Amino acid sequence: MRTKTGSLEMNKKTYNAVVYLLLGAGAFLMIFPFAWMFLTSFKTVSESMQIPPRILPVEWIRDNYQKALNSLPFVNLYKNTVLLIFFRVACAILFSSTAGYAFAKLKFKGKNLLFGIVLVQMMLPSQIFIIPQYQMLANLGLTNTVFALVFPGLVSAFGTFFLRQSYMGIPDEIGEASYLDGCNKWQTFYQVMMPLTKASMAALAIFTAVFAYADLMWPLIVNTDLKMMTLSAGLSTLKGQFTTNYPVLMAGSLMAMIPMVILYLFFQKQFIEGIAMSGGK
Amino acid sequence: MGKNKTKRLNSEGFWGYLMIAPTILGLMMLNIYPFIKTVILSFSSTKAFGQYEFSGISNYKEMLGNAEFWKATWNSIYFCILTVPVGVFISLLVAVFLNEKIKGRVIFRAIYFLPMVVAPAAVAMVWKWMFNTEYGIINEVFGIHVNWLTNPSIVLGTCAIVAIWSAIGYDAVLLLSGIQNISGSYYEAASLDGAGKIKQFIHITLPMVSPTIFVVVIMRLMASLKVYDLIYMMVEQSNPSLTSAQSLMYLFYRESFVAGDKGYASAIVVWTVLLIGFVTAIQFWGQKKWVHYDV
Repeated sequence: MRTKTGSLEMNKKTYNAVVYLLLGAGAFLMIFPFAWMFLTSFKTVSESMQIPPRILPVEWIRDNYQKALNSLPFVNLYKNTVLLIFFRVACAILFSSTAGYAFAKLKFKGKNLLFGIVLVQMMLPSQIFIIPQYQMLANLGLTNTVFALVFPGLVSAFGTFFLRQSYMGIPDEIGEASYLDGCNKWQTFYQVMMPLTKASMAALAIFTAVFAYADLMWPLIVNTDLKMMTLSAGLSTLKGQFTTNYPVLMAGSLMAMIPMVILYLFFQKQFIEGIAMSGGK
Repeated sequence: MGKNKTKRLNSEGFWGYLMIAPTILGLMMLNIYPFIKTVILSFSSTKAFGQYEFSGISNYKEMLGNAEFWKATWNSIYFCILTVPVGVFISLLVAVFLNEKIKGRVIFRAIYFLPMVVAPAAVAMVWKWMFNTEYGIINEVFGIHVNWLTNPSIVLGTCAIVAIWSAIGYDAVLLLSGIQNISGSYYEAASLDGAGKIKQFIHITLPMVSPTIFVVVIMRLMASLKVYDLIYMMVEQSNPSLTSAQSLMYLFYRESFVAGDKGYASAIVVWTVLLIGFVTAIQFWGQKKWVHYDV
């Protein structure tokens, strides 16, 4: 008996060591590209191409950042990206909250049919909408604007679906009680029910922000003026200018990714749980 | 009483329509109309001055007779084959390990999840650098000379490695929440019976977490079939191995916004939607064989 527990404990120890080893090796592989990006961004071109490669730069030069800043209007790119994210998130939260609540808690004719429209949109890949969406903007002369960036995300089918789930989880009695307390329909929604979905709204906001920030095809299509691009789209044009000058490309990439990574470091738990919550639909 | 009730119902209907109005009108304008328009466009050809003319199935005929189109279709499917099974398997392993009661699991989770918050454009950029034939760190470390991005038979595999690397953290977090829902008593019972970790994984974890695996597989399949940004960034349009890496959505982008043939491009995107629908339907049909919803 004693030997059996002993061997089990031994197994447990070996097992934990193996888990650490594998997780550690994996973590190294996850971190390494970013570390390499960072190190390369401070090297000279010839240093970056040295064989065998040097890990650390001889001298930590900042020229690459200067070059990236000179060839890309980073201030505009940051501004456009922030505005895109702000309006996408605001629209998603506002319109999806009202619609999600109505679909979950209110009775009206044609509700199921109308909710079907929401579901259809969720099923279809966004590319099937892109050409007509682009044509609408082009006909109105609205390309190369912040509005153009936000346009396909003015309303969110996914957000509606997601917040509807969240409102369905709130017992009807809470709404009825506030109604008896003298709240009207709007107050019941805005002052009583909506605050109860805070966690879901945060998840939706993070999810919307991360995907707006990552999106590449739409910003590339509607805003061809460099000053009106997002960070992602701007970065893809940098590639054309500095085909093999990787230190500059790495400096540009690092500047494009750093704001989101800093936010992530601070709100790591909210990011992971928010995105996981949205993905587990 | 009866009158009051009607009044209340009326007001509920009023609020209902008012509250869904922005979303429904938005979806009509941004999705329903464009969807119909794209389908119509796929049956039209471009005339002078941006006009369109009904041209029957000529776009589809042209598409089905085009070798580049079939290559792109195969590339999209092949990309799924390369990324989905391996990616989901690795994510599952990571999830199982992250579920162990070990120190620093929160930090590990954060590290694995990191690529999710970095724009694919930046991710592709650094991997392109590491995969560089002459000076890339990967060829240097292994002392090899592989043309990762210009060899037509390797290039899609290279993109697949980056795609898997990018998605592991996200998929692992989803799978982890599925694993955490499994009651600990199953494992206690199993270890009393002397079942080792591997047996527990095969007989408890795998079947119990299969609904989550199914969700992840479906999501990954859909995302892989419409992959665009990563390949666009890794393999530029001047790359000689472009046709070996070009996915359907990359071809769609080039036809519609580079070549400007919106009718033909619409046919490609309609085809892609049908393909995604078909693959998803197969998955839903096949899930009966391996997904356990009981308990």
